[in-house]
Amino acid sequence: MTAAALRHARYVVTENPITLVAFSMLLFLLFLALLGPVLAPYDPLKSDTASTLKPPSARHWFGTDQLGRDMLSRVMVATRLDMAIAFSAVALSFAVGSLAGACAGVFGGWTERIVSRISDTIMAFPLFVLAMGIVAALGNSVFNVILATAIINLPFYARMARAEANVRREAGFVEAARLSGNGTMRVLAVHIYPNCLPPMMVQASLNLGWAMLNAAGLAFIGLGVRPPTPEWGILVAEGTSFILSGEWWIALFPGLALMLAVFCFNLMGDGLRDLIDPRRRT
Amino acid sequence: MATPAPLLSVEDLSVEFRTRDGLVKALDRVSFDVHRGETVGVVGESGSGKSVTAFAVMRILDPAARITGGQVAFDGVDLVAARESELEARRGRDLSMIFQNPRTALNPIRQVGRQIGDVLLRHGGAKRGELRKRAVELLAQVQIPDPERRYWAYPFELSGGMCQRVMIALALACGPALLVADEPTTGLDVTTQAAIMDLIDELARAKRMATLLITHDLGLAALHCERIVVMHAGHVVESAPTAELFASPRHPYTAKLIAATPGPGVSLDELAAIPGGLPDLRGELPACRYSRRCERYAPFCDEPLPLTEVGPRHTVACAKPL
Amino acid sequence: MDTLLEVASVSKRFPVTVKGAPRGSEHFLQAVDDVSFSIGRGECVGLVGESGCGKSTLVKLITRLSDTSDGRIWFDGHDIGTVPAERFARRPERALIQMVFQDPTDGLNPRFTAFDTIADPIRRLGRRAEAGEVAERVSALADMVGLPRELLGRYPHQLSGGQKQRVGIARAVALEPRLLVLDEPTSALDVSVQAVILKLLDSLRRRLGMSYLFVSHDLNVVRLLADRMLVMYLGRIVEMGTVDEVFEGPRHPYTRALLSCVPEPGPAGAGKRIRLSGEPRSPIDPDPNVCRFYGRCPDGIERCAREMPLLRSFGGAHVAACHRA
Repeated sequence: MTAAALRHARYVVTENPITLVAFSMLLFLLFLALLGPVLAPYDPLKSDTASTLKPPSARHWFGTDQLGRDMLSRVMVATRLDMAIAFSAVALSFAVGSLAGACAGVFGGWTERIVSRISDTIMAFPLFVLAMGIVAALGNSVFNVILATAIINLPFYARMARAEANVRREAGFVEAARLSGNGTMRVLAVHIYPNCLPPMMVQASLNLGWAMLNAAGLAFIGLGVRPPTPEWGILVAEGTSFILSGEWWIALFPGLALMLAVFCFNLMGDGLRDLIDPRRRT
Repeated sequence: MATPAPLLSVEDLSVEFRTRDGLVKALDRVSFDVHRGETVGVVGESGSGKSVTAFAVMRILDPAARITGGQVAFDGVDLVAARESELEARRGRDLSMIFQNPRTALNPIRQVGRQIGDVLLRHGGAKRGELRKRAVELLAQVQIPDPERRYWAYPFELSGGMCQRVMIALALACGPALLVADEPTTGLDVTTQAAIMDLIDELARAKRMATLLITHDLGLAALHCERIVVMHAGHVVESAPTAELFASPRHPYTAKLIAATPGPGVSLDELAAIPGGLPDLRGELPACRYSRRCERYAPFCDEPLPLTEVGPRHTVACAKPL
Repeated sequence: MDTLLEVASVSKRFPVTVKGAPRGSEHFLQAVDDVSFSIGRGECVGLVGESGCGKSTLVKLITRLSDTSDGRIWFDGHDIGTVPAERFARRPERALIQMVFQDPTDGLNPRFTAFDTIADPIRRLGRRAEAGEVAERVSALADMVGLPRELLGRYPHQLSGGQKQRVGIARAVALEPRLLVLDEPTSALDVSVQAVILKLLDSLRRRLGMSYLFVSHDLNVVRLLADRMLVMYLGRIVEMGTVDEVFEGPRHPYTRALLSCVPEPGPAGAGKRIRLSGEPRSPIDPDPNVCRFYGRCPDGIERCAREMPLLRSFGGAHVAACHRA
């Protein structure tokens, strides 16, 4: 089955050039995330007062910032943190949200009422403000940024999962599963839940971009990740004060990196769904 | 006395679909006629191309489809060559269609009476002020009880049978000469089906309208059609007057199809199965697309398929008819 | 005959909200109303009726996917109606009552291969078996239903309608049930495939000694396989008897109308078609004293509006619920 799965993965990726581009970019980003610190030409935290605010050159491809730190190294190393936050937040949100939503869809009654009311409450707030509030209340740490991002995304997954589960609940194969002796929990876990996933994969991928922007946004205003830890949002924040004085490279390159990552995640949505949905497997 | 020219004459119609997996040759040189006032049934199983034929006649095929040959002569005009503006003028006015799933074929967010009014307005069937009156008249004509009130109903408020009646009213609003009915009663109860088919028969007789009935149900075609065209995998294999088709089918597939349909007096053992499956319409196809499933196959079946006239208006596409 | 399934005065009501009704009032949709019948060992009983007659609900009650509002169900002498549907999976009877579904696509899990689908009941309810034994049993079942073994690794979207239905049948007979409920098993299939599946079902029944409850709207098909048949209308049984008795001498006006509307694949028959006017009565809060068919019935009299007709005998196993029969 793995051989077939790999073959299918290859088919999906090669069939649509956009998916191919997106997956290549993702691989590149993952590569950077893993090996960034090793490959970075300079220590991202080491200041070099001799070469502060130098524009991009052969020695420093992305220039240096106000403390003489090499921008290229900082951007490369920041990849790891940003990717980690984005993936963790989405994974957490997806797992909890989809499970809650599926249970709400299948059991109805009080389960559904509770899940719906919690979702509605979360959605009643402007989401970024809610994230700000959570991080401010719980303290500045990477974990709290992940938690805040995950919480504000819960309703989307819960709603989708609930709708999908509701539809599948009446399906013939679910009845057949009950006739075969599957108890309610097994039916939910083995038959209904896995079938709810494919449509949610697109949502998850789009979410990755959003989660990353969220984390960067929080860092930009000083919440969550704090300097000197390299993180794209912080880098952009530090760079904004220098734009007007002409040192454009400090904000631009981290901004571009952020843009590239979000773009890649958005493109990946459909590709991911093709991979997971067996109906597309031929 | 010379037979008058047919109202609809489909000649050598071929249709292809461009799909991800290749070119599907859905129809291959399909030919048949429908005369004024006549009810002709197109019978076949799934994949036979009967619905594609109906859509091709109405020129509402999917954008992925291409008519690669033949012509569809309606009232002297070739619909294949006609411009879209001419087709739009004719559709609804001269030739109409009703579809399989009535509830989904109607606009779900518009009251049914208003939908009928739209058709009337488009083709000048009534003046603006009279639209409602005329629509109510049409609803009454299709035997919808309490038509005044039902004018304001939405499709979801009506039963399947009633929705189908509304669709018939829509189709017949401007008095077309030809009605194309694509599986109009599939999914409806047997008693509702009988009522709907009777309605179509009555209206067709009253207005001298021709009907092209697409169905997989041989029994239904037997009851309501004067002539039957049998299709298999994009080919017309046989066409004949109904009584003659059942009394002496000349194509092996027709005979098998009749023998496979349950009916009174046929026991389970006598029920025939048709071996094999449909050929893959994307690949290389033999001259006779049924030949690979036929027990009468002989090497000369691979030669170009002859169309033999074996009786008055009875043709068979077989090198070795029964 | 030895009785396998006994259904006694079974009813099922669903609470519904009615527009414009006074607040606090309760309203019920009577899906199944006072239904009683039995199925003997090895017997095939046909159940016919049109949409809204309650046959789908009755099927769910018998297969214990849902609970009755009233009445009892006995299976092989055991009362299975009192066990709630959620807990029925643990009962020994679960394996003995199975179902084949109408829509082969809807009835199969799109993420399970044919093998997994057929193996599921064996793994859940069969004796504790090794993986090898399960594989052997699945292969044997595939052979029994005429499904080529190579197709076991495929997903539903890679199979044809007939093949999917075979998978559904293999799954249903995997545990050798005594009662198999067939819910329109061939209506989604082409006529050429239908014959094969019907013959398969017939031979399986004899081979495995099962009883069938064969639900269908196609009376021609019911005639082929069933020994006895029931006709339902708006939740009640209106006529019951052997297939020959009902087809040759229908007593209830609805049965007569139904039979007259069935098209025959032959030169147009001479029989006149009985047309039913109007729409069926509402199944919500039906009046227990008025015959459900009153209003559409061509033979209705005043008595039909004050007294609900009960099933009475017309000789042999033939019963019908009509004052005018």
